[in-house]
Amino acid sequence: MSLDTQLIRSLKAPARPVWEEPPSRAGLAAKGGFLALCCLGVLGPLWIVIVTSLSPKPVIDQVGGLVVIPQGITFVNYTELLSGGQVSRAIMVSVGVTLVGTLFSMTVSVLAAYGLSRPGSLGHRFFLMAIMATMFFGAGLIPTYLLVQSLGLTDTYLSLILPSAVSVFNILVLRAFFMGISPELTESARIDGAGETRILLTIIMPLSRAVLAVISLFYAVGYWSAWFNASIYLSDQQMMPLQNVLIQLVQKNTEAPTGLQQAVRTGQLSALGLQMAVMVLALIPVAVASPFVQRHFKKGMLTGAVKG
Amino acid sequence: MSVTAGSRPDGTRPPAAAEAPGPAVAAAAPAKAPAEESEPRRAVALRKVPFRVRWRRDRALILMTSPVIVLLLLFNYVPLLGNVVAFQEYDPYLSSNGVTAILHSPWVGLEQFSRMLDDPLFWSATKNTIVLFVLQLVLFFPVPIVLALVINSVIRPRVRAVAQAIMYLPHFFSWVLVVTVFQQILGGAGIIAQTLEKHGWSGFDLMTDADLFKYLVTAQAVWKDAGWGIIVFLAALSAVSTDLYEAAAMDGAGRWRRMWHITLPALRPVIALLLVLRVGDALSVGFEQFLLQRYAVGAGASEVLDTYVWNMGIQNGDFSYAAAVGLAKGVIGVCLVLGANKFAHLLGEQGVYKK
Repeated sequence: MSLDTQLIRSLKAPARPVWEEPPSRAGLAAKGGFLALCCLGVLGPLWIVIVTSLSPKPVIDQVGGLVVIPQGITFVNYTELLSGGQVSRAIMVSVGVTLVGTLFSMTVSVLAAYGLSRPGSLGHRFFLMAIMATMFFGAGLIPTYLLVQSLGLTDTYLSLILPSAVSVFNILVLRAFFMGISPELTESARIDGAGETRILLTIIMPLSRAVLAVISLFYAVGYWSAWFNASIYLSDQQMMPLQNVLIQLVQKNTEAPTGLQQAVRTGQLSALGLQMAVMVLALIPVAVASPFVQRHFKKGMLTGAVKG
Repeated sequence: MSVTAGSRPDGTRPPAAAEAPGPAVAAAAPAKAPAEESEPRRAVALRKVPFRVRWRRDRALILMTSPVIVLLLLFNYVPLLGNVVAFQEYDPYLSSNGVTAILHSPWVGLEQFSRMLDDPLFWSATKNTIVLFVLQLVLFFPVPIVLALVINSVIRPRVRAVAQAIMYLPHFFSWVLVVTVFQQILGGAGIIAQTLEKHGWSGFDLMTDADLFKYLVTAQAVWKDAGWGIIVFLAALSAVSTDLYEAAAMDGAGRWRRMWHITLPALRPVIALLLVLRVGDALSVGFEQFLLQRYAVGAGASEVLDTYVWNMGIQNGDFSYAAAVGLAKGVIGVCLVLGANKFAHLLGEQGVYKK
């Protein structure tokens, strides 16, 4: 019996197990409908935002709000936003902070994860405890704010990177993955005379591409989405990252980014179309990057999250 | 050393045996750490390897760990000391530097805390926090479980992959984006209000409705993170052996019985763990989400403890009072984690850390 089952499985994998009764039509319909509804709930709003950002002003005015059915697609909102001015600058800031921040976070995290991946090494237990303890208590907003201020980090991009550069959770995920790599590999390298740095670079890291990709994405998304640090540590409008510009546009009812206000007032551009275009610009990198590392999520999360 | 044998991925408290230097270490420093194969592993304890040898052996690892230690020391441990301003009447202008100003500020003991207890705004923020926590627990927590069960029951891999990919997506959007999307769709000038107006209804604006705000933010949280929450459950489900299902089917269990007796019990430890984490985090119901919607609904409905700290400290400059509120929140938070974990142990579950 079990041989048959295996045979069937191997022939047309992944087949429905033989012991399972065929799905009822009503059940299939309900399931499919439910999932379709969930997906529509996610994609619907995004569709509307994207379509509106691509619509010319007359269409937006005629509908009187967000556009659902695309008519006369135009890229004028994007070309205006990207041709310099507040939004272009904010994108540069966001891209820069994300790149530098992710690189920095990954470097220190990978180093620490590897440094902690050998139980029994000197100080292993102590350092691990010191790092994990920060998961249970935070210092609180006010003392952190005072510290960043007195370190002279306010109004520098470092204030967007340093205070939140380390995610202990990410380090633990990386560490768990490194520890899962077969010790024979590193042992043989050590016998051949490789130092720790060399082992990390030539053995551990190439074997951990999947988890490195996932953790990089986590860090990058964190930096890309951050706005709160900028809102309390930066006072110069010129330095604001994209998310903060978006807040100013939509939350505080500024109608258009500086530089384009004239065009909105004279009726060449639609304020709503511009706002939606900024939103799309803010979500594009994330929406593009996440599917690529998607298939690693479960593996990456599993090694760290479930076990601890 | 056998990295896998001695390793415990959670790393909480490696057993003594794990500390024993094994073959790998012996290979690295054969002269200094002769393998004492005849003795049990435990006996090859740390003490037997001199500190200098261990330092020579492991200094590269320590060097690698140090940047993170320095960062955490600076931005997590040092600010911990900064909480002393909660016991002061802190004035940042008493010195040129915010930290040295702490040395010059007068001590007031528990005055800030007694002020907190008499403060109706503090209690209102606490009430909002608790109400939101309960709502999230009831309306948000079960959603990923249900979603995971449905997805898990889908056999076709293509459908599963697409559905998961779409559901994960909003997790990676910033709160700014999520709040803005909701605002454009449910707000006063949003798409639903526009449509209703065209058909003769008016006055629809969910975003500024203080009474419905708590449901609105819960809905936002579900939209953003429910899809992401299914990962852990799916992982737990994929670890269930199909033999169990097969055996149950042999015994005549139908689809629902199999779910009840196999699938759900398989999820039990994960559910318990996540519940513990959630309860331990009860006072942090979200921060950015509420800060962003302050302007729309007003502070009365959107003020939670975290935003209250921000408002009193960074907006109003009342650092000592805000630090007191933050400290109180932090202490209660730690107690909640420990308490919830204790409770999980009582229920026979593993909890976040082990006993």
